[in-house]
Amino acid sequence: MKYKFLNFLRQLALILLVIWTVVSLVTLLIELVPGSPATTILGETATAEQIANFNQKHGLDRPAFFFSYDSETGVKWNGAENRYLDYWTGLLRGDLGRSFRTDRPVLDMILERYPATIKLAFAAMLVAVGIAIPLGVLAGTNKNKLIDNASSFIALLGISLPTFVIGPFLVYIFAVKLGWFSVGGSYYPEDIILPAVTLGAALSAILTRMVRSSVIEELGEDYVRTARAKGLSERKVVYKHVLKNGLIPVVTVLGLQLGVLLAGAIITEKIFSWQGLGLLLLEDGIAKRDYRLVQGCVLVISVTYIIANSLTDLVYGWLDPRIRLS
Amino acid sequence: MNRLFYIGISIAAVVILAAVFAPLLATHDVNAQNLALRFASPSAEHWFGTDALGRDVFSRILFGARISLYVGITVVTVSGVFGIFIGAIAGFYGGLADKFLSGYVFNVFLAFPGLLLAIALVAFLGAGLGKLILALCIIGWVGYARVMRGQVLKVREYDFVQAAKALGAGNMRILFTHIMPNAIQPLIVQASLGMAGAVLSEASLSFLGLGIPPPAPSWGTMIEEARQYFSITPHVLFFPGIAIALTVLAFNFIGDGLREYLDPKQRTR
Repeated sequence: MKYKFLNFLRQLALILLVIWTVVSLVTLLIELVPGSPATTILGETATAEQIANFNQKHGLDRPAFFFSYDSETGVKWNGAENRYLDYWTGLLRGDLGRSFRTDRPVLDMILERYPATIKLAFAAMLVAVGIAIPLGVLAGTNKNKLIDNASSFIALLGISLPTFVIGPFLVYIFAVKLGWFSVGGSYYPEDIILPAVTLGAALSAILTRMVRSSVIEELGEDYVRTARAKGLSERKVVYKHVLKNGLIPVVTVLGLQLGVLLAGAIITEKIFSWQGLGLLLLEDGIAKRDYRLVQGCVLVISVTYIIANSLTDLVYGWLDPRIRLS
Repeated sequence: MNRLFYIGISIAAVVILAAVFAPLLATHDVNAQNLALRFASPSAEHWFGTDALGRDVFSRILFGARISLYVGITVVTVSGVFGIFIGAIAGFYGGLADKFLSGYVFNVFLAFPGLLLAIALVAFLGAGLGKLILALCIIGWVGYARVMRGQVLKVREYDFVQAAKALGAGNMRILFTHIMPNAIQPLIVQASLGMAGAVLSEASLSFLGLGIPPPAPSWGTMIEEARQYFSITPHVLFFPGIAIALTVLAFNFIGDGLREYLDPKQRTR
């Protein structure tokens, strides 16, 4: 019990350390911007007074970090009066700063758009599981036959075909030619289908391969022989026994992929003009050089990714006692 | 070797040859515009048709192969060499260096979704070929370092390494002449899959407008430009899409084939 608790504490400390580093890196990324954010936002024609006002308003007139380096003065200690600490203080109060462009709180802008991205990621996951389980079982139970080779080929094709190729083709066939869906946007409930299929295609390919090898491995186990000897139908053996045990590694991949889906949604959102966090990052953040907004979006996506992965680790340990013991 | 490996090698060879001989194979000047010939369908004159500015799609795809392979090879080489070095140091010396590298640094880099980190870096640094390669190297090296560390941890316990130690060989000699050559095999698989990943990431970033700026004929940029007119002229998107898919598929096939060949457990399945 004591060992378990210590192990949990160690994992938790590592997660917190990783989150601290990621937040620090994102906070300091703004220093990489060539020139200054003020001239980028206000333009070359901005007066010195306008630039000074802008910098003061967004705290950009304060030093970037605890210490700074200048070739003339050398290393200079800035104390607590720095932007890095400002950002952290704000963050701990749930404040991600104000947008450079719209002056709105970044957190509000993100919270408005994040539900759409989460909805899309879960829909994509549903599509992926819906394709992968039947296809993977079919391939695994027909090892090295035509159906297995064909599903392996489809899976590799799914991994290799980029979202930005699959997406427009789906739009062309199902929206332009057949007229079943609208070309883009997120206004009607059915608008989620094409983006979810596009985003879920690669994941379904990965999962199909996993389900296949899990099924092949489990089919060789003793309990399968026992189940068959008892006279159970092959269908029951596969779906009641093999799949139940074979799905454990699949659950892990699913959890790890949730973060990938949230991040990967950026491209899908652009293709389908899906009003999620990815589109906010691209169109309002990067395209308009609203660096504060970019920081906020990157931060929220990264932290969600870390938390999703860490939770998966914990759930995996709970599902499979061998992992806990090791 | 399985059949898919040979298919992969054949496609990769075609892409490499197309990139090397692009100036000889191209039927038109890659940036020559002809607005009178916008969106021309594939014909004897323009094999893959023309794009929104009347440029020859076939010639642009050939030169696009150069960009993709250049980015892929540079990213795999730089991140591979760096990752292998760091992984070898972590695995060989162990102790505090290993705890810091594998327990902390690797976890931090793996904690970021790769594409998002690349997007963030390019967003703040600005777009361009050099910056794109830098971003992809920053996200790519950890994969090699992790595999190498695991391999070195395994190989350093082998008898021949102990024998070399007993004969008085120095640490560097043991690491570079005894351990590395015996630990490198899985890294070849990693490099092949890394090549597919780099080609895909370059195209993705270019598609998002964060890669190589126009008029450079990057496949990702071509798709982004074609997307706006896709409903009237699907062929402009079809050909660069197929080029990306085939190239990524080829390197994935090679990686998968190699992995199966090098891992006897997988071969029997």
